[in-house]
Amino acid sequence: MPTDARPLLSVRNLKTSFFQDEGTTKAVDGASFDVAPGKTLGIVGESGCGKSVTAQSILRIVDRPGRIVEGEIVLTRTDGSQVDLARLDPNGAEMRSIRGGEIGLVFQEPMTSFSPVHSIGAQLIEAIMLHNAVSSKEARRRGIEALRSVGIPKPERRIDEYSFELSGGLRQRAMIAVALSCDPRLLIADEPTTALDVTTQAQILDLLRKLQRERGMAIMLITHNLGVVAEMADDVVVMYLGRVVEQGSVDEIFHDPKHPYTKALLQSIPSIESVPRLRLATISGSIPHPFNRPAGCPFHPRCAAAMAGRCDKDVPRLQELGNGRRVSCFLYQ
Amino acid sequence: MNNAASRKSVLLDVKGLKKYFPIRRGLLQKTVGLVKAVDDVSFFLNQGETLSLVGESGCGKTTTARCILRAITPTAGQILLLDDGEVLDVATAPTSRLASLRRQMQMIFQDPFSSLNPRMTLLDIVGEPLLVHGVGNVQERTDRVVEMLRLVGLRPEYMRRYPHAFSGGQRQRIGIARALALNPRLVVADEPVSALDVSVQAQILNLLLELQERLGLTYLFVAHDLSVVKHISERVAVMYVGRIVETAPTEDLFASPKHPYTEALLSAVPIPDPRLRADRIILQGEVADPANTPPGCHFHPRCKYAQAICREKAPALEEIAPDHFVSCHRARELSLRGVARSTA
Repeated sequence: MPTDARPLLSVRNLKTSFFQDEGTTKAVDGASFDVAPGKTLGIVGESGCGKSVTAQSILRIVDRPGRIVEGEIVLTRTDGSQVDLARLDPNGAEMRSIRGGEIGLVFQEPMTSFSPVHSIGAQLIEAIMLHNAVSSKEARRRGIEALRSVGIPKPERRIDEYSFELSGGLRQRAMIAVALSCDPRLLIADEPTTALDVTTQAQILDLLRKLQRERGMAIMLITHNLGVVAEMADDVVVMYLGRVVEQGSVDEIFHDPKHPYTKALLQSIPSIESVPRLRLATISGSIPHPFNRPAGCPFHPRCAAAMAGRCDKDVPRLQELGNGRRVSCFLYQ
Repeated sequence: MNNAASRKSVLLDVKGLKKYFPIRRGLLQKTVGLVKAVDDVSFFLNQGETLSLVGESGCGKTTTARCILRAITPTAGQILLLDDGEVLDVATAPTSRLASLRRQMQMIFQDPFSSLNPRMTLLDIVGEPLLVHGVGNVQERTDRVVEMLRLVGLRPEYMRRYPHAFSGGQRQRIGIARALALNPRLVVADEPVSALDVSVQAQILNLLLELQERLGLTYLFVAHDLSVVKHISERVAVMYVGRIVETAPTEDLFASPKHPYTEALLSAVPIPDPRLRADRIILQGEVADPANTPPGCHFHPRCKYAQAICREKAPALEEIAPDHFVSCHRARELSLRGVARSTA
């Protein structure tokens, strides 16, 4: 394999389960995908599809009683060596240098991801000093620079403010500043704009695109908003109940969807361009509770194309259709 | 029913509505300022139509909705509701009249998880408005609950169950059944689908449209998601920092917005088609603080078309085309970008 085609991050057959008294929840049940350097991978799905737990697994911050049961998460490091994150000690030195260093993270809710009793600057400087051997004075200078680079006005003053003194948009910018302060090569953004208004969302997406262009970092964008994915992603992974149902380039996913779930999902979203008061196509039923996962293909009870005796018995494999296109459905096997 | 005649009659007429919240400080709780959450809002709602109130967080859309229901008492203004042929001002109605007013107006809430009491069964939840208003006896109320559950697509056998047994979409159906139990004429829906997953959202939107046709309901739909708004409404009112900046029939507003804020708002919506990655209008700065609003037009500090007059004088809401009201000094001269109508 030529070096430059090597994925930055390669997830293979990842399974993460939560072991509770009531039973075992398979939050991620065999997810595989690659993140190419400098590109944006969109991970889309509805609640309970395992998109956030996938991100937590990569960073090894899955809450107890959850843990990675199986699979590989191979990161290609700056020096070209490869490391399987799934095998590292979550609290070990190596994982801690990767988390927040080579892989940055932006959460959905900027209000709860900042500590309310420490200033933005204290949290920013902490991250910089943890990953770089610099003096606190130098770290503060870099912190101000980081705030400036994400478009926060008067960063010299803002750095000493607390998260509750900032508006939602500024808080999310500060969050991005913390994530980018150590020059990550991969930024994992978990619903980065869900809590924001549309015009603020447009500002933040624009900022992410600009920062990606300047720094050449890869972005793993996790969202339920198909509009945001269409706007940002190069490649898309569609998940449903812990499994990858389809993946491909953004154009293929939106203009030539293969999996019945992807097709139905695209038809059911209201569009700003449609005729007013038009009935939407719907997907029957609702997402099953994780304890009642259907046997066979997890989507079959809601699927219009389900084949009795097949889809309700066997689990379809993620089938390669060529050119990075993969789909997990018996219609294509 | 003479639909043609009743369609054009005005059910609700809001005139100069204001709601100011005092900011109190210090030991004596002295009022040191005012949050002008709703600042001179006027609009009307025809019988049987859907008007959407759109805007970003803090623009006053929810406060407006709550004033109309008299959940909070407005500071000033009139809320005229057509009630059995007579016109009644909800804003100043005596408390004794409120009960009968509220039978006409019901609310669907945003969060289907916190708006249903976990200790009540569906029968209790959907039957409660009937009980409160003293409608029928136990048997009649139960029959009505069965009827309502069927209407919203839930099985009546479930009426002895508790809300936790239902998914988000089903819970929202329960909330709708409760709102419709008293046969209201006006339904205020505050972000009824924003907490739902995409695949479930479409089901609820379709249900709301279907119920409107069957029962002749009038909706005031409060939302921030413009694509949802496009799907449900006949007319749209856009709010910005306590004021309405533009009102128009849905198609006109989306195709040819006349207010710069509406233009920016439409442009910011991500379109689920990677081939249409347009260059967006990115608004600079932040939404104005309703406790400290800029002089003149509230939008002028972020408006790229702003001129001297915008900084000095607040524009009035003017009708510049049939049914198209805009509050902008430059509305007639600007040509703004709307959303192309897809051919599909």
